[in-house]
Amino acid sequence: MIDSTSDRQTQLAPAAIVHGRWTGYRMLLVARLKELFREPEVIFWIFMFPILLALGLGIAFRNKPPDAVRVVIAAQPGSQRVADLLRRAPEAQSLKVAVQPPAQAALNFRLGKFDVELLPQPAAVVEFVYDPARPESVLARSLADHALQAAAGTTPEVPTLSRVNSEPGSRYIDFLIPGLLGMNLMGSGMWGIGFALVEMRQRKLLKRYVATPMRRTDFLLALATSRLILMMTEIVLMLGFGVVAFHMRVVGSWMAIVLVCGLGALCFAALGLLTASRAQKIETASGIMNVVMMPMWIFSGIFFSYERFPAAVLPLIRLLPLTALNDVLRAIILEGSSLSSQAAPLAVLCAWGAVSFFFAVRFFRWT
Amino acid sequence: MIRRLLVAGLARTPTHLMHDQAVVRCRDLRKTYEGNVEAVRGIDLTIYAGQCYGLLGPNGAGKTTTIEILEGLLHETSGTVEILGRTWRENPAELRESIGVSLQETRLAEKLTVRETLELFGGFYRKARPANDVLAELALTEKADAWVGKLSGGQKQRLAIATALVGYPRILFLDEPTTGLDPQSRRQVWDIVRRFQSEGGTVLLTTHYMDEAERLCDYISIVDHGTVIAAGTPPELISGVGGHHHVEFALDSETPAPPAFWRSLPGVAAVQTDDAVTALTVEEPHRTIPALLALVEQNGWRLSQLTTRQSSLEDVFVNLTGRHLREE
Repeated sequence: MIDSTSDRQTQLAPAAIVHGRWTGYRMLLVARLKELFREPEVIFWIFMFPILLALGLGIAFRNKPPDAVRVVIAAQPGSQRVADLLRRAPEAQSLKVAVQPPAQAALNFRLGKFDVELLPQPAAVVEFVYDPARPESVLARSLADHALQAAAGTTPEVPTLSRVNSEPGSRYIDFLIPGLLGMNLMGSGMWGIGFALVEMRQRKLLKRYVATPMRRTDFLLALATSRLILMMTEIVLMLGFGVVAFHMRVVGSWMAIVLVCGLGALCFAALGLLTASRAQKIETASGIMNVVMMPMWIFSGIFFSYERFPAAVLPLIRLLPLTALNDVLRAIILEGSSLSSQAAPLAVLCAWGAVSFFFAVRFFRWT
Repeated sequence: MIRRLLVAGLARTPTHLMHDQAVVRCRDLRKTYEGNVEAVRGIDLTIYAGQCYGLLGPNGAGKTTTIEILEGLLHETSGTVEILGRTWRENPAELRESIGVSLQETRLAEKLTVRETLELFGGFYRKARPANDVLAELALTEKADAWVGKLSGGQKQRLAIATALVGYPRILFLDEPTTGLDPQSRRQVWDIVRRFQSEGGTVLLTTHYMDEAERLCDYISIVDHGTVIAAGTPPELISGVGGHHHVEFALDSETPAPPAFWRSLPGVAAVQTDDAVTALTVEEPHRTIPALLALVEQNGWRLSQLTTRQSSLEDVFVNLTGRHLREE
């Protein structure tokens, strides 16, 4: 076989291929994308996982018809009158009323089967037994009280009106989707870049590359480009999913969203580059990355608003890159804010990206 | 000229290349790693155009450190390195275009195909060979569209060499190119090296296989503990051992004679005993063997084993260091 090909070679001597300035970059980018899409785990973690998470949380926190308040009346003289009043009250459909022997009523309240217990007392007094530590118990007490007053014909001193509002934009899922998008940009930036680099270093592939005339800047540029391309699919998938499955409304401009996501993707790619700049083993790198990402998973307001943390630490939380990204994404997607109104968090994001990139390039080990 | 001593029959350097044109030259090369590990302690090498130069030595001798300094992947602690008359500090980009490298154990991306890998590496060079051409030369055409992860060890190694050949290198650096390969794959790698050399290329390879160095290399430096302990063409090195032949025998006698006893046989240069086997280093086996047989007969002993073989580089190494090359 080898002999026959050598004959052919001397006969034909194929011409050399002359490459331009950007061939190496293009080849690296194409190779990177091919590798990514041939890795089923990557597809799952980058694309499927966040959507499954959004779906699960969206279902768990979907806007249900308000739960009926569960009221138990201890069966003793006067209990029939109290039950009748509650049945006649305007809030009757929000109340689930049961009459039980006193001992059983007390036990069931204590077990949480009822939110409030009513004890009819002599002289038409009704005593409420409730637990101030249980929000639903507090609510039940107040609702039952109001129902009794209204049914008895008491006129309120201040007339009030109520209107129901559960429009898209104010629901939990609306809050959640931009947070998940931010989390996804962080995860895939850190893992996608950091993991790939450490793996290549471990395989001595980085060393093999620098033994060729490959430009090192082309290599980093190709990595960054592959991140931006993946990012576009992530945006379309996450927001598209929110819009289609949960009728979410994207208020701000798509252009601004893409720009902010691009900035976020690059910022976390730089952070991934930094965490992977020296690690020789996947285990080391994944440890470092978890340490870096853990505070942001907790503090950066992915699943709940970070305003719940003590006011003293809020300025620190706002300095985390994921907090900045989530804030800007929510402001644009949910409120339609302009980019210029988000200068502060955008500056935080840029600073993280620039500083990480500077040190990453400085410390980076190719071998 | 040293080269004239070589076995005929293999296509060697075309005559139009000047044999005394040094393409790799390093002087007093030293490398000390952090923690004061002296991996290389003063190595001198001169590799001429068209030569296949071997660094032979046991694991940990400093071969890889040396070749990686020459490849521009490690910085020397002291000493000078010149490749094609240039230095890594001043002309890195140009030198990268002129050499091809195969590292010890690179695991190429598993989810790219063989052709994609080759085209990727070709893309780094200003001028590259067409992938199909390199694939055909390295007998990888059938595997062109297979993922790298699915290749056998020999195929992976040929692909690694293919990525080194794709940019029209003038010098090919191969670090342990056949370690861990089966005999057939090793011979295929040797054929590739010979072909590259026959087309005018220069090769530097490291190996701890003496047979590989002996068959493939025009010139060998034997490296141990970071220094060159012997250098020369394979025949020169082997003739330096003293005798060219070894007679090894065992007796079925309970009390073996002391080594000095055999020294008196005609033409014996050295005697070694290893368990029951006695090994004589001799110049002329046709004189020694009849005398040996007569001596055995006289004493009423009987031979349970008798073999002869030619000296090899292994003997050179054992002679110089008292150790075997592949001692674990």
